Amino acid sequence: MMISRRHFFKTGSAAGCLFMLGKTGLAAQKSATSGSDRNLVEARYYEKQPNRKIKCVLCPRECMIDDLERGYCGVRENRNGIYYTLVYGKPCTAHIDPIEKKPLFHFLPGSEAFSFATAGCNVFCKFCQNWEISQARPEQVQSFDLPPRQAAQIAAEKKCASISYTYSEPVIFTEYMYDCAVEGRSRNVKSVMVTNGYIQAKPMQDLCQVLHSVKVDLKAFTERFYKELVSGQLRPVLDTLVLLRKMNMWTEIVYLVIPGQNDDPRELEQMCRWIYKELGPGVPVHFSRFYPQYRLTNLPATPVQTLNKARKIGLDNGLNFVYTGNVPGDPGENTYCPKCKATVIRRIGFSVTEMNLKNGTCSRCNEKIPGIWS
Amino acid sequence: MNRRTFIHKTALAAGAAFSIKPGSIPAQTAKTAKIVQSYRSDVRGKGGSPLGASIEKLLDTAMENYYQKKVSLVWTSLFKENDVVGLKVNCLAGKGLSTSIELTDVIIERLLQAGVSKGQIIVWDRLDSDLERAGYHIHRGSARAQCYGNDRLGYTSEIFEYGSVGSQLSRILHEQCSAIINLPVLKDHGICGVSVGLKNLFGAIHNPNKYHDSAGDPYIADVNMLPQIRRKVRLTILDALTPQYEGGPPYMPQWTWKMDSLLVAQDMVALDYTSWQIIEEQRRKAGLDPLKAVGREPVYIATAADNSYRLGTNDPSKIEIVQV
Repeated sequence: MMISRRHFFKTGSAAGCLFMLGKTGLAAQKSATSGSDRNLVEARYYEKQPNRKIKCVLCPRECMIDDLERGYCGVRENRNGIYYTLVYGKPCTAHIDPIEKKPLFHFLPGSEAFSFATAGCNVFCKFCQNWEISQARPEQVQSFDLPPRQAAQIAAEKKCASISYTYSEPVIFTEYMYDCAVEGRSRNVKSVMVTNGYIQAKPMQDLCQVLHSVKVDLKAFTERFYKELVSGQLRPVLDTLVLLRKMNMWTEIVYLVIPGQNDDPRELEQMCRWIYKELGPGVPVHFSRFYPQYRLTNLPATPVQTLNKARKIGLDNGLNFVYTGNVPGDPGENTYCPKCKATVIRRIGFSVTEMNLKNGTCSRCNEKIPGIWS
Repeated sequence: MNRRTFIHKTALAAGAAFSIKPGSIPAQTAKTAKIVQSYRSDVRGKGGSPLGASIEKLLDTAMENYYQKKVSLVWTSLFKENDVVGLKVNCLAGKGLSTSIELTDVIIERLLQAGVSKGQIIVWDRLDSDLERAGYHIHRGSARAQCYGNDRLGYTSEIFEYGSVGSQLSRILHEQCSAIINLPVLKDHGICGVSVGLKNLFGAIHNPNKYHDSAGDPYIADVNMLPQIRRKVRLTILDALTPQYEGGPPYMPQWTWKMDSLLVAQDMVALDYTSWQIIEEQRRKAGLDPLKAVGREPVYIATAADNSYRLGTNDPSKIEIVQV
């Protein structure tokens, strides 16, 4: 039976996670909650203002929020001058995914990631793939209790190498993510953040103390695009990328190529030059294929040749690891040694079919391949 | 406060710009928006709470003067027996700055008299908890008028778009109700300037948190352009019993005043514009800066009035205010 993505998120994900919890002995917690005040946790990044107002300093929006109101993300609420996260320990979807699905290609290839998300997001992309949870408020989705310790426990029991904070936008559940990452570390489970990079420096620095890898969606290289299609700004995302580099956090970049919106070769060239200069040639860049989604259903899917052209622009501008995404079987999915050009990792979709990597080096020429391999 | 003082004090800072004709019934033209403002000095009991009997008179007077019909005919002309009528109250702020229960009760009574059955009246807002905080009792069924939040039924799976807005709609509004009476409260808003009729309909969408940038402009106008909302709102009755001119949307009693009025209108833009002027006048009296000077002029009202929206008029020369 075909299940649409929408139907899956509506009905499958909560049930799937409950099944998972039940199998690991946590069935007693399977009662789904919505809009409950249980587990309210005070937010970590905000400033108190006069008259019970608060200023959120988690993301660049810096929302000023009156009593009983929420910020742009919809999941953090001012209650009598104290700011709370409403989604701490309350994911609305959870799955075990191949790490390649994130996509992270230079991070424990072939491993699995216990992946989950809460409702909410701090931007408003018109092309969002997961809008039914990312653009929802907590009371509009079915959530369940999954405290950090149990999240890490499930990941360990399921032999997942990592926990992945993904699907919606983990910036908005940063407290929960941080605590899960701490719990994961105590069980030798790594943590990866799949993010839009729209976060202030302080919370990102704090997260860098507990995370192992970050994948950033760089959605375009123009402020126009960010304003019109994302309801955000480009500059803070670039700042985050530079910060991650300074913090030595393993980072990969995904760029969803949308026909007519962010596929201008000059824009791509500018971006690749910026990445080379500010982040270095070893940062993997994934040019992913867009499919009509959400509020951009009037646009066609990205032609594969556009992705190949983008990949060539990246390689021509000195980037060593440039991939095509969402095109299963395309040669652009493979990792090639920048020195001898041998295929180091061969992939089809999210599956690794061949590994020619030895202790993080090309097994043919011993060139070091950057990444986290063990 | 006598009637003369009342008119002098509340009507409207830009009073000279308006055509104020106490007690008169103006001829309506296509270009004229009409607002009836009814006032009574006896709306409160000893504790200061609204008295149901006085609110009833306040509402009946406003409706008779707005529709120029006896009250018994007004409601039957507005609603049919098979209508499901939603009363969109505004309860975020809790007791003190929410649509008064006494007003809602009188409206329910009038709807019942017009033949609408109990179960076909739904008092609603975003969340059950919002309603309860304001003193409403959650009820579903046909024994009495229903009262519940959007969180009971959720939102449409379909996204409805206009301009900058793309939202799922309250299933109460979209699937249950055939008509809406908009029941906002007159209040200041810390981001959008004022929250009155147009802004109250943010309660009909699933993601209002996405639409507060730029003081709500053009988002508030865009939400009101959604035909699924626009065609159902039959009138707006503004609760101006105890408005608030600063510190909103939460309740800050130090910035409220007793206006003891209801305002009835069908042109929500005219009503919002007029309400804005009332707030500005009260701010001026309190020595506060105008909303523009504090960075929250409600420019969405002008947007709602402009040629690409035409949701109503914000031209004072076209707004006729009848005070009764």
